[in-house]
Amino acid sequence: MAYDKFEILKSTAVPLNIDNVDTDQIIPARFLKATERKGFGDNLFRDWRYNSDGKAIDSFPLNNTNYKGKILIAGKNFGCGSSREHAVWAIYDYGFRVVVSSFFADIFKNNCLNIGVLPIQVSDSFLLEIFSQINKNSESLFEVNLENQEFIIKELNKKEVFKISLYKKGNMSNGYDDIDYLLNKKEDISRFANKFIF
Amino acid sequence: MANTLFDKVWDSHVIEKIEDGPDVLFIDKHFIHEVTSPVAFVGLKNRGLKVMYPKRTFATADHNTPTLDQHLPIKDELSALQVKTLEKNCNEHGIDFWGLGHKKNGIVHVIGPENGITQPGLTIVCGDSHTSTHGAFGAIAFGIGTSEVEMVLACQSIMQQKPKKMRINVDGELNRHVTPKDVALFIISKLSSSGATGYFVEYSGRVFKEMSMEGRMTVCNLSIEMGARGGMIAPDNKTYEYIKGKEYAPKDQEWDKAIKYWSSLKTDEGAVFDKEYNFKGKDIEPMITYGTNPGMAIPISKSIPSSETSDSKTSYKKALDYMEFNEGDLMIGKKIDYVFLGSCTNGRIEDFRVFASLIKGKRKSDSVDAWLVPGSHKVLKSIKDEGILDILTDSGFKLREPGCSACLAMNDDKIPKGKYAVSTTNRNFEGRQGPGARTLLASPLVAAATAITGKITDPREII
Repeated sequence: MAYDKFEILKSTAVPLNIDNVDTDQIIPARFLKATERKGFGDNLFRDWRYNSDGKAIDSFPLNNTNYKGKILIAGKNFGCGSSREHAVWAIYDYGFRVVVSSFFADIFKNNCLNIGVLPIQVSDSFLLEIFSQINKNSESLFEVNLENQEFIIKELNKKEVFKISLYKKGNMSNGYDDIDYLLNKKEDISRFANKFIF
Repeated sequence: MANTLFDKVWDSHVIEKIEDGPDVLFIDKHFIHEVTSPVAFVGLKNRGLKVMYPKRTFATADHNTPTLDQHLPIKDELSALQVKTLEKNCNEHGIDFWGLGHKKNGIVHVIGPENGITQPGLTIVCGDSHTSTHGAFGAIAFGIGTSEVEMVLACQSIMQQKPKKMRINVDGELNRHVTPKDVALFIISKLSSSGATGYFVEYSGRVFKEMSMEGRMTVCNLSIEMGARGGMIAPDNKTYEYIKGKEYAPKDQEWDKAIKYWSSLKTDEGAVFDKEYNFKGKDIEPMITYGTNPGMAIPISKSIPSSETSDSKTSYKKALDYMEFNEGDLMIGKKIDYVFLGSCTNGRIEDFRVFASLIKGKRKSDSVDAWLVPGSHKVLKSIKDEGILDILTDSGFKLREPGCSACLAMNDDKIPKGKYAVSTTNRNFEGRQGPGARTLLASPLVAAATAITGKITDPREII
């Protein structure tokens, strides 16, 4: 088993209403110099969270004590740019288990699913409703139900169904990853490698 | 049935199709570097696994390495440890490692092609989003995360949903002094930085047909900057000529067989794409970016568009605030502090030739710091052999040693806070080239013209 099983998550959420957030913002390159996967959460959104002398920037949502929880709500095209999985490690290490946006960059989304962070794509209008709900009440609860593929705004009792492939859903709910699957296919893979010349 | 180039290469590598899930895709060649591989090797160790096909993986040190005094030990302890860890992992698993000082060392996407490892019809991956570069040879090449690096090491395969297909056709001829970088920035400015997300792109049309292999690499390299997984161009005689005779290229009978196969790698007449774009070469001018993502690019002679043209005004304004630019500002004439020539986008020999052709007989502006970083030791050698180094030196430029350098500023090459850099790289994100640094992406020609005058300059004005 590669990571914790995901079933139902009820949590408040942290809003980050900015579009096109790239992985250099999620974790700047100078913090990628580790040889082990630990401690990345400290540098999550480093240059938006702290100014150059290390002082916390109060206006940034992660520094706003009203906002907490295991769900990050982000603007569209979240996670574009560099393929660094460190970005997702930082999000996970900080304590998030779900990222919600109206649009995700491709590699980032894959990276999330590979380490057990659930990327949930919702419609533009539903994303706006989530942001406005948090704006009204930062204690608002949200529920993620993986089995039913639902994201629920509890106070409004409004929900939207999200997409996830049956295979990835199985992985998330059982805590398996792709290597677990591929290791069972090694015979097929070596047969393929031997016959395939180019 | 009529198939696209992408379908042909992808489908021939599918080991298994999982219903309502990804394809199990066989990977022919795998590149690794010091930054995104160490945790993958830790994963292997924890699971007690060995590398399945060590000779299909190639390793280089490029991302965090210094570009001065490479013969000395790396001063930064963490960088040194990453490089040492990579070397140790490669030795343990029997992977070829081209470390600092090795004659084949260089940026991962420069050394693959120049050693003949990159070939048509292959699937190529690397823990780096600019792996799309290798698509210039008609390969399916894309960036992966570290979990997937571990999969490739352990099983020579990854699991991927097949992307949708997009064709971008640029016909006609390019105007003088419009380079492949301008073509790519033009396309990204039209599609936006997310316009090709979920797609794999094939570039077609006369403009790409007539482009050099180096130029095709620049274009495919930047595919990721509009969100595409990768981009590819059908192989032709130019492709074969480039590969022929290189160390890892097929030889003798194998070569003949390869050519026969490679010739079949093109999109059939009538094949269907999920999306198509058509542009005209004559509409493209030298380009430059003004904001904080590569989609925020305009022809160099134009002024910064109004935020009304953007569908997200807050993010648009945030970008201009960061750059300290205003809507309506002209780009030409803005003062520039740094010029950077290099990276997997524009660090190949052709880029240095183009840069040298403009600066020859002129002097570098005293107000500009110029960092010139070859993409590899082979590029560096060609720069010297072709006399380009003399031209650079005579004009007041210095050359550094190969690596990714200030493109992502993991080493000491950081643009200082608040300074403006015209850069031939791929990303103008906030802080990409150093905390607080302001990047303007452009071609090697625009970079050269700017280095001479100290302000943003249309190369057509001073050639």
